Amino acid sequence: MTAPPDDCLARNEWICGEYLSTRRHILLDAVFQHLQLTAVSVLIGLVVALPLAVLARRWGWAAGPVLAVTTILYTIPSLAMFSPLLPVYGLSESLVVAGLVLYSLTLLVRNVLAGLRAVPEETRQAARGMGYGPIRLLLTVELPLALPAAMAGLRIAMVSAVSLVTVGAIVGFGGLGNLIYVGMNTYFKAQVLTASVLCVVIAVVADLLLLGAQRLMTPWTRAARG
Amino acid sequence: MNTLTDAWDWLADASHWAGEDGIWHRLLQHFVLTVVCLVVSCLIALPVALVLGHLGKGGALAVNISNIGRAVPTFAVLVLLLLTPVGKWGEGPTVVALVLFAVPPLLTNAYVGMREVDRSIVRAARGMGMTGRQVMFHVELPLSLPIVLTGVRIAAVQLVATATIAALAGGGGLGRIIAAGFNLASTPQVLAGAVLVALFALVVEGVFEVAERLAPRWARDVR
Repeated sequence: MTAPPDDCLARNEWICGEYLSTRRHILLDAVFQHLQLTAVSVLIGLVVALPLAVLARRWGWAAGPVLAVTTILYTIPSLAMFSPLLPVYGLSESLVVAGLVLYSLTLLVRNVLAGLRAVPEETRQAARGMGYGPIRLLLTVELPLALPAAMAGLRIAMVSAVSLVTVGAIVGFGGLGNLIYVGMNTYFKAQVLTASVLCVVIAVVADLLLLGAQRLMTPWTRAARG
Repeated sequence: MNTLTDAWDWLADASHWAGEDGIWHRLLQHFVLTVVCLVVSCLIALPVALVLGHLGKGGALAVNISNIGRAVPTFAVLVLLLLTPVGKWGEGPTVVALVLFAVPPLLTNAYVGMREVDRSIVRAARGMGMTGRQVMFHVELPLSLPIVLTGVRIAAVQLVATATIAALAGGGGLGRIIAAGFNLASTPQVLAGAVLVALFALVVEGVFEVAERLAPRWARDVR
């Protein structure tokens, strides 16, 4: 009989290099699923939020209902958010994505609308006076000026989505959350810590990437400040 | 629509309301958990934020801490705590994880509220010979109360909703009904649990709404 191996896995230590090297593919798969779920949800959220915010800006009466509905959605996050969607999507990846879309929608609609509302009236009138039609005004004047506020919303939505994907573990599609969930049930310290740290790292990297993208897309804000 | 009527039937069944796993007991657990976490987070966050806001120091930290807090999944914190010695104190990990979740936004809102008080009023108060402490308690605090209370309200509603996550790690509260529903693949039960949580959150929102309507008069009396 061979003696049980005396490595950090057997001792169930928090930090374990052995775990990283032997379970590399599991970790990579989980990270990939995590990124996929987050990116798909936030992108769909953005695609839905933009027209909603533009419509709410154009027709004042629509702003109240749109903001009210998205605020109510925001008060029922994570676990409770997945449940009402269960009858529609069943236990699937779409369930997690749908829940996260609804969640990021709130943040995005609010911020895009705030950005559009902050466009100075003189700027809009100047553009109109130069002969800009409503579409051209929206695309070349209003949306670019709303970009900083919209990007701030996008960053918050992205970071929240990265951390909320973990709750998807309850339906088996939680990216790194799956590893945390399994690690909890099996008392596997290294797995829980590694997955948690990776979650935070993904959130921070995503935030920094978006911040960089914002800097590149809005060079005038830097010029104005400097 | 069928699922909705099933969920309604689940809620209408008297046997689901009684006993250790019943709705009343879970509701009480959820309520106690939320109140305890809210009180503890307020006791930690508000004094720090008020003092920092009064002194005008640590602004970058106070504002950025809520962004950092958002990046840390509450579920991961809960499980991490569960595996440490804290995990042996019953609801301990849940309370600590939820407090860590609620403190950053409370801190940020209270700090911003204190800083948004009109500086000329503060200077006038100083010119009248008020001490730092008097300025803080009799001028800045009453004026920033609406924003501070809004922060508390947001934290309370978010706590109600997030306390459901405790169930994933075996804690109590309404989340247990949802988690059990997922495990039993019983959609009506999951839906019923979600409706209960949402209603609870709306009730909390309503209570704060009423409190806020009454607050200005009370704040004026203090001044």
